[in-house]
Parts: sequence; structure tokens; C-alpha cells
Amino acid sequence: MRTGRISGHPRKIRRWRSLGRVLLGGVLLGVAWASPSTMACAGDDCTKRVDTPKKELLRMVRQDCGSCHGLTLKGGLGKPLLPGNLAGRDARTIAQIILDGIPGTPMPPWRGILTKRDALWIARKLKEGLPDASP
Amino acid sequence: MRRRDVLKLGLGLSLLGGAAQAADTAPAAMDEAKSTTCRPTGALGVVIERASGSVLLVDNLARAVISRVEGLGDLSHASAVFSPDERYVFIFGRDGGLTKLDMLTGQVVRRVVQAGNSIGGAISDDGTLVAVSNYKPGGVKVFSADDLALVADIPATWAGGRSKVVGLVDAPGRRFLFSLYDAGEIWLADFSQGNDPEIIRLGHAGEGPYDALINGSGRYYIAGLFGEDGLALVDLWREPLKIRRILQGYGRGEKKLPVYKMPHLEGWTEADGHFFLPAVGHHEVLVMDSRDFALKDRIPVAGQPVFVMSRPDGRYLWVNFAVPNNDTIQVIDVPARKVVRTMHPGKGVMHMEFAGRGAEVWMSVRDENRIDIFDTHKFRKIASLEAKAPSGIFFTPRAHRIGL
Repeated sequence: MRTGRISGHPRKIRRWRSLGRVLLGGVLLGVAWASPSTMACAGDDCTKRVDTPKKELLRMVRQDCGSCHGLTLKGGLGKPLLPGNLAGRDARTIAQIILDGIPGTPMPPWRGILTKRDALWIARKLKEGLPDASP
Repeated sequence: MRRRDVLKLGLGLSLLGGAAQAADTAPAAMDEAKSTTCRPTGALGVVIERASGSVLLVDNLARAVISRVEGLGDLSHASAVFSPDERYVFIFGRDGGLTKLDMLTGQVVRRVVQAGNSIGGAISDDGTLVAVSNYKPGGVKVFSADDLALVADIPATWAGGRSKVVGLVDAPGRRFLFSLYDAGEIWLADFSQGNDPEIIRLGHAGEGPYDALINGSGRYYIAGLFGEDGLALVDLWREPLKIRRILQGYGRGEKKLPVYKMPHLEGWTEADGHFFLPAVGHHEVLVMDSRDFALKDRIPVAGQPVFVMSRPDGRYLWVNFAVPNNDTIQVIDVPARKVVRTMHPGKGVMHMEFAGRGAEVWMSVRDENRIDIFDTHKFRKIASLEAKAPSGIFFTPRAHRIGL
């Protein structure tokens, strides 16, 4: 017959283990903070400088813009973003809206996540119609 | 007066009877059900695969996928409710599709495309009515749970046209509550007297209600407001029903952070005498007294919280986040009111669902095409399942809970 483990005994070991965990956590966190692609910017002055890969941008538009504008961009809480809806605006204006958001509405400024070039690229793609309808 | 009420009720029942008969005339589904092996439903659920218009039928005890059901349209932001007997699941798609799926046979029983753009739905407490909230055209449509025949069409008309409808929930007594995003109002549709509902406009709730919840007892309906720091509360135990503002200006004077994804209120938690809810534009979980609705605490978290979900025992809260922190999960210790675990399951953690009494939690890791299953006591991943861009996860215990 086996007896159960007596708990509460190896306290010292546990303390060292948790210290190890804290150190490891610190290292991992440090790595995450240093990486520009995951950097989140809270302030207005904080502008992202490294372009996002195009494939990643397409995924973002479908999935993340899609949470408000719909996966097929037909609209939701946010407006529809199909080429027909955007015909009246030039790509630069759209890019500016992406970067600055629309105050007083749920459209946030994406400046902390996207570069100017990213935003312009997205704006042009939206006007053309996204290449792949099913991500 | 009373006699008239009885007559009205009688009419409602006969209408329902008619709907039930219509469903009986589809014997194919019945035969199919008889021919399947006996399967208990208590551990069943569905996982929405948002990009491919499919759902996975899953078993959370076996930690397994049973089958994939395809052809359900645009399922971005899709959600589901269950019939009281845990046999059928109703899936609300973004493209206005409403699908009734038989979880025993894995077959679609009925499917209607009832609007151009929808956001979610609810099932009445008696299981007879399924309501859908629509963006386009704005309003609520109510269907017979039997055969998805239209029972009532409620356009959300206000001075500015037709409003998008959000935060649709079931309230006890065959009632539905919902919020008008554009109009900033809360309405109640009362089907207690039959299938011709009484619509009660409760008045102005505030700027931009974006989602709402009803608490587990069915007493409080609370709508989150995007346009202002504050919430709108309706106490359903207090007649006449009135909208009260709570947590007014909780972040006043502080800089608002960008909200890259709207928080959801469905997972709002009542635990330890408090409500725990995602702040909007602040990287915090708010702690509100569940008796007087006063703000008691603000728990700093890793990003803009999206779902704040309580383990069924209420001891811990699991929180996920908007972009760019949507690879992170944090666990909050309820009595200590602080984050005790931070995990990074992968990119695009969209939703979490606790299995049964909460020993395990399933989470969808959208961008890695995976569902991860965690032991909620050891905070450790115990299994993974493949899924195509999974988002919402829904298990059958919801069938017996108000507001889910």
C-alpha cells in the first residue's frame, strides 16, 4: 500500500523553484519588450517604425479589422470596407483614418501598431479589394 | 381583464402548437436521431471556425472533436445558444444566418438567413423562442425554436432610422432585453402573454451601448457604454423598470488608451459579492460591489481586456486581451484581487469556455489553428486540438443558465 505525500515539508525547495520562475519570467518578458513587432504604444507620440510583413497585414485586416468591420468586410459595428464603399476616398485619406482613428467612435488609432507605409498599403488593398476572400 | 389575458395566452399556445406540428412533419431528422447510438449531451459543445464557416462538434470529457459541420456562412463573431434539453444548438452567424444543429446526429436541422448582418442571439427561458439581434436591417427577429418560423419582427426604429442592436439577452418570464447602439436606448420585448410581444422602451441608456449582460439570477441587465465612462443598469425586480447609471466617470481625467477590440460582457463575472468587468480604454479589470454598484477596485492587467470569465466556482478569473496583447491570458485571484498567473498560449486567444464545474478550460488560439485545454487548478496545458481559426467555444451547461 502506498501512503500519500506529506505536504508542507519541502518549503526551501519550493522557494528556490519560485525564484527560478520569477527570473525566467523576467527574461522572457524582457525579450517580449525588446521585440518591435509586439511593441504596444499607448501614447500619441509613439509611432511604430518597423513595417509588418504583408502576409501578416492581410491576416490583420481580415481578423482584427474584421472583428468590427466583418470578416468579409461587409460591415458590422464598423462601416463596410469593400471597394464600392471606399470609392469616394483616396488611399491617403483612408491611411490617415487608420493611423489616427475617428475620435468619438470606436475606430481606434492604429499608429502604435502600424507604420505609415503599412497603413497606406492596407488602404490601397482595401480600395482594390483584398486578394484572398478566405484567409 | 384576467379572462382576456387567459384568452391571449391560449392564442399564444395554439400558435406554438402549430409550430410544433410543422416541425413534426419533417420525419427524416427524427428517424436519423433514432438510428444513432445513445450519446449523453452533458459534455458536448461547439467550436466556431470563423474563417471557414464551419463548427466543430466536440466532447469536453473525451477532449475530442466528434465532427465538423460545414456550410454555415460568415461566422466571424458567431455565437451559440442551446435548447433546454441540450440536444440542439442554435448558431448565430455574422451574415444573418441562423442555424439549428442537432448535436446527436451532427446534422443541420434547419437554417435561415434572416438579415444582412447580425451580432448574436438568445433563447427564451422556456426554450420556445430564439431571438437574433441584427445590425442590418437594425432590429430583433424572433423565431420558433422548433422550426425557425418567424414569430415576431421588431424593427429598432428611432429618430435616426433603424438602430443596430447589441446586447440581446433572455430574461426570466419569456422576455428579451436588448440595447440600441445608435439610439443609445434599452428595450424589452415581453412574450409572456403569447407570441405577439409587448415592446417596452425603457429610455435613454447613454452614448453607444456596445454590449450587455444579464446576471446569473436574471435580475440585473447591464449595458456597457462606449461613448462614456459608465454603465447602464436595469433592475428587473423593481417595477416600473428604469435605467440607472452606474460607475459614472470611473476613468475621468485619465488618458484613454486605444481599444483595438471591443470588450465582451457575456463573461462578466459575479464572484465574492462583486462584479468583475473589463474597463474600456484602460488596461484594467474593474471590481464593482454587486449590491450598491460602487467601484471597489481596479486591477491592472496586461492590455485591454476582452473577456473576463469566472471559473464556475468563482475563485479565479481568466482574462484575455485585445490586439496587440491577444497572445496573453492572465488569471486573477478573486479574494486577493490581483493577477497571479500570466500565460502566453499563442497568437489570437479569442475565447475561453470552462468545462463542467470548471476543472478544465478550453481556449481558442485562432492564429495558430488550435484549441488549448488547460487544467484550471494547476494552470497547465493538458491537451491541444486542431481547429481552423477557432473563435467562440460553447458547452451545453449554458442550456441551464440565464443569459447564456
